[in-house]
Amino acid sequence: MPALVLAVAEVADGSLTRLSTEAATLARALAEAAGGTALGLVVDAAPAGPAAELAGYLPRVVAVTAAELADQVPAPHVAAEVARLLGEGVTHVVIGATTDGRDIAGTLVGLTGLGLLANADTASWDGDAPVTRSVVLGGRAVTESTLSGGSGIITLRPGGVGASEAAVPGAVEPREPSTPAVPAAVVLERVAEAGAEVSLEDARVVVVGGRGVGSPEGFAVVEELAGLLGGVVGATRASVDAGWVPYARQIGQTGRVVKPALYLGLGVSGAMQHRVGMQGSEVIVAVNRDQDAPIAEVADLFVIGDLFQVAPALATEIRVRRGG
Amino acid sequence: MRIVVLTKPVPDPAAGAERLGPDNRLDRAASPTVVNGNDEYALEAALQLVEAHGGEVVILTMAPANGTETMRKALAMGAARGIHVTDDALAGADLPTTIRVLAAAAGQEAFDLLLGGLDTSDGAGGAVTAGVAARLGLPLLSTAAHIEPDPAAGRVRVRRLSAKGYDLVEAPMPAVISCTQALGAPRYPSLKGIMAARSRPIAAHSLADLGDGLAPADGAWATRVVAAEPPTARAAGRTVTGSATDAAREIADFLADRRLI
Repeated sequence: MPALVLAVAEVADGSLTRLSTEAATLARALAEAAGGTALGLVVDAAPAGPAAELAGYLPRVVAVTAAELADQVPAPHVAAEVARLLGEGVTHVVIGATTDGRDIAGTLVGLTGLGLLANADTASWDGDAPVTRSVVLGGRAVTESTLSGGSGIITLRPGGVGASEAAVPGAVEPREPSTPAVPAAVVLERVAEAGAEVSLEDARVVVVGGRGVGSPEGFAVVEELAGLLGGVVGATRASVDAGWVPYARQIGQTGRVVKPALYLGLGVSGAMQHRVGMQGSEVIVAVNRDQDAPIAEVADLFVIGDLFQVAPALATEIRVRRGG
Repeated sequence: MRIVVLTKPVPDPAAGAERLGPDNRLDRAASPTVVNGNDEYALEAALQLVEAHGGEVVILTMAPANGTETMRKALAMGAARGIHVTDDALAGADLPTTIRVLAAAAGQEAFDLLLGGLDTSDGAGGAVTAGVAARLGLPLLSTAAHIEPDPAAGRVRVRRLSAKGYDLVEAPMPAVISCTQALGAPRYPSLKGIMAARSRPIAAHSLADLGDGLAPADGAWATRVVAAEPPTARAAGRTVTGSATDAAREIADFLADRRLI
């Protein structure tokens, strides 16, 4: 049976998420390597725009207009469409390892009994079975995992696969929604919290405040540097648990995984659970008073010093170099 | 209300000794075992809900025979009783089997809410609670930061963490909820709780007790780990000491060299 690899896309603010383009690129690469075919799926209240975007990456895109997604959680609806496509011959499903993506994957496993290769950074073939590489046990090991059967599900972490468009754009196939097999929770209200509006995963620069920042007010220096560097503010579990920043900012095993061009850590000790979420960053700079802080093991530049002196001095230095 | 909480024994992440054995499975002897962190948030939330609304908290664990040691810790926090699914045929079980088994065991309880951690520190796939919900045909309220049941109306509302803040979501009970640290820190067991936990019942179930066809024969799992290695170490970096001004200049030089400023 030739591989038919499905990429499940996610829509945010009317556009395809970056991780969706990475999932689409992986699905296409897997299909091409196996002499098979790739396709994409967009399920949204208004799928046309993101489906057209996705068709830049895949030869065929199924676009399902599901009006319910305006005020229901997506997983049951998306899982229903994936289940239908599995019935039409899809062999492998690639889904972003996001909040919704994990719900969709879990729902599918519960409904179909298919195997799940979770949190893949990359995937390739060994014979007719995909092999995924994942970081496990809070960063203590990297594993290669595979499926025993002929089909299954992969959840993909951000940043492991570079998104690239196909040479020839594909066709979009509109569809009516099918009926979900499980009830969907209703969304009564969407609440935006201050400081949580930009995506950590998409940021080129992430400036992170750890326990050493000491207070919500202390985050002013973190925010100042993030602003100067054109980056966004991230946090460690300690600073989130202390209530200084919202959970949406947390980087690490139980938060976001980031791979920015620059990670700048201020007062971040670098516990394993945090490092698993940032050690893929291209350049890591850390400022910490403690010379034994474990973040030194992954930092390209490790500054031993008081962040409340070094960070303002760095802000001044950047301003001076830019001519005031 | 009856609330079932999925509690998985995991190697203590704080001990720093989590590792895979030669068979690429978790080496359970290498580390002390604790209740999975996110499951503890779920348990704490469940205990507070029962304190407010009445009822009981039941913990559900699928684990080897010695899993009862960790279950006692959860009972010491205040859960009324435990269900321990244990069977040699489940060693190394895959996700679909885990979901089928937990759903079958939970399905024997007339629960209002089934809570579990968003993910586990040793598995981290984050798919079990969603899978159990789907298997039981129940609504899933995932990534919970706050749980507010209305037993009279038979509904539950959850603040579901989103990329921008949270969504307020609602579903009829019974419902399944995946839980995050944003629910609040778990309590420490009191001495009284620890004593009481010794006599709280733990019902042991084998696979056969739960029904047929839940696990594939001969451990023919849907997925398997074929190789494991330590993570690639990054090249050693440079350490900077000295005055804040000098350090700032060095960082700026370093960033400028890489066109980051």
